[in-house]
Amino acid sequence: MSEKPVRVLVGKIGLDGHDRGAKVVAQALRDAGMEVIYTGLRQTPEQIVETALQEDVQVIGLSILSGAHMQLIPPVVEMLREQESSDIIVLIGGIIPRDDIVYLKERGVAEVFTPGISTVEIVNFIKKKLELN
Amino acid sequence: MSRQAHDLECTAAREAWWEKVNKSLEKHPERKAFKTDSDYEIERVYDVLDLETFNYQEQLNWPGDYPYTRGIQPTMYRGRLWTMRQYAGFGSAEATNERFRYLLEQGQTGLSVAFDLPTQIGYDSDHPLARGEVGKVGVAIDSLVDMEILMDQIPLDQVSTSMTINSPAAVLLAMYMAVAEKQGIAMKQLNGTIQNDILKEYVARGTYIFPPRESMRIIVDIFAYAGKMIPNWNTISISGYHIREAGSTAVQEVAFTLGNAIAYVEAAVAAGLEVDQFAPRLSFFFNAHSNFFEEIAKFRAARRIWARLMKERFGAKNPRSMMLRFHTQTAGSTLTAQQPDVNLMRVAFQALSAVLGGTQSLHTNSRDEALALPSEQSVLLALRTQQVIGYEIGVTDTVDPLGGSYFIEKLTDQIESEVLNYIRKIDQLGGAVEAIEKGFIQKEIQASAYRYQKEIESQERVVVGVNRFTSSGEQPIDLLKMDPATSQRQVERLKEVRISRNQAKVAETLNELRRTAQGNNNLMPAIFEAVKAYATLGEICGVLRDLFGEYQQQIII
Repeated sequence: MSEKPVRVLVGKIGLDGHDRGAKVVAQALRDAGMEVIYTGLRQTPEQIVETALQEDVQVIGLSILSGAHMQLIPPVVEMLREQESSDIIVLIGGIIPRDDIVYLKERGVAEVFTPGISTVEIVNFIKKKLELN
Repeated sequence: MSRQAHDLECTAAREAWWEKVNKSLEKHPERKAFKTDSDYEIERVYDVLDLETFNYQEQLNWPGDYPYTRGIQPTMYRGRLWTMRQYAGFGSAEATNERFRYLLEQGQTGLSVAFDLPTQIGYDSDHPLARGEVGKVGVAIDSLVDMEILMDQIPLDQVSTSMTINSPAAVLLAMYMAVAEKQGIAMKQLNGTIQNDILKEYVARGTYIFPPRESMRIIVDIFAYAGKMIPNWNTISISGYHIREAGSTAVQEVAFTLGNAIAYVEAAVAAGLEVDQFAPRLSFFFNAHSNFFEEIAKFRAARRIWARLMKERFGAKNPRSMMLRFHTQTAGSTLTAQQPDVNLMRVAFQALSAVLGGTQSLHTNSRDEALALPSEQSVLLALRTQQVIGYEIGVTDTVDPLGGSYFIEKLTDQIESEVLNYIRKIDQLGGAVEAIEKGFIQKEIQASAYRYQKEIESQERVVVGVNRFTSSGEQPIDLLKMDPATSQRQVERLKEVRISRNQAKVAETLNELRRTAQGNNNLMPAIFEAVKAYATLGEICGVLRDLFGEYQQQIII
């Protein structure tokens, strides 16, 4: 792993305005020494991918609590693949039913974090995953 | 014995007791430092000396008397229980209508409509940004046709309906009025609430459309129009709920809510409305969180502060202008995905605090909401929780049963004083709108949210099933499954509406709306006409978007 700090995009995808979780995670990643690009609310899958590529991030963390994850998350992974950027780790946080988690992981999401997870677990997951890569 | 002599004796007795405590502490140290959610240190015990300067009539008075600390009605729940109002809405207007009628049959006494996000942000269901969101967190309403289906067979003169709608509140209210008109119901008989509280959207909930100044105009137009047309309608529900969910403390919840309320009152007064004309229809919405006593004290403090603000700062004369009436919802953010049945207990205690705090209506969350939208079975249990509190356990038999408790009164005073500090700070910044534009409110909420999370991670704050008393191998529970075809059907219905209506009439009413928005006249009559011509929500909001522009969120991390 290089010496440079890990770059992470944290974003709210879809129309959902609940950004408490996204902001808490963004702050925790920053406290753990990562560089965080926070997009704010109402991002489309296209905007997320565009920003991620522009900002040259290694990780994308998307927060969604509206239930639109099955429609909005797969396109992000697809577009990254089309852009030959599948090495970017995609993480999801939010209220995601168990069956949907299985599906999203099959589609290429690295991990789904549901309510109750600690920010330490997220930080550790990212570090470990980048080491393996 | 004189008061002074009595106090001296009491002080001496307390010192003797302290010695006893110190000895006991040597043997049995206390478990930890005790604090409320707002970070007040909690004393070991409260006694009469804590209320030395307490003046019963000034601080409390009787229920139904200024400053309404003990409640806004003289008899409170002895006369009528709070309105049991479960927030519901998902998928299509048909499915939600069915859930409403089910809840009314089960003894619920008011309706509360959840709209999906495209509706809340003023987009029709076929807008590109509506992708994946149609019918998800609430019901999709595109035109009057959907509202007609939503309220089918529900007598609008007999129920009160609360609508969680903010930026496009004027449009949804106009649709509701149009349905009532079709049902042949006199406008004066309509009862209900629109949330219509844009300021908290900028800091906590996120469904804003227009910039603050334009949004304030719409809100004041609604105050003026509804005051004349539907006098029993609550024209706004000024909400601390979402501020708390976003991570604020109890004190911040009340302070930022009342700060926003002051901004609305000032805007309406500046537009030439008399305070007593609109203030009786202002209502509030608070969170019932987990720190039981602090929550009860919070509701009582909020009532007292509001009464004094309205009387002293705004010169209100009508007692109804001074009464803080509020809806409560239990704290969604305290629900856990782990061991979800435990949420039933959390919700019950939170609901009890709202009742002991004198709420006018209540929503109890369902146990499965950290996992998905609630199932019918879970919603029923949540409603039953309220019925147990209301009918079985006797807490409604006397008004403000905790009034006079040393601890509760001390906490109520403390919260009041801290809230007033914040309100002063907001005033210094130039009011709530300025404080939001400067990012002050957002930063305060965020800092509290982060601290709360850190406390959970350090186990300073215990969450049963999450950081203590965890268990593995949990049984999955049955979750609500959404019909994936809902969105497609909704888009098809929207297309039919667009084809079958009188196009000339739609164009004419939308043009009239544009002209009105360019001038200073009240927007509501033009919106009402457009709605009745079956102009869609997206078309109506589109005209206003065009003229007013859209708010760009400040990114503060």
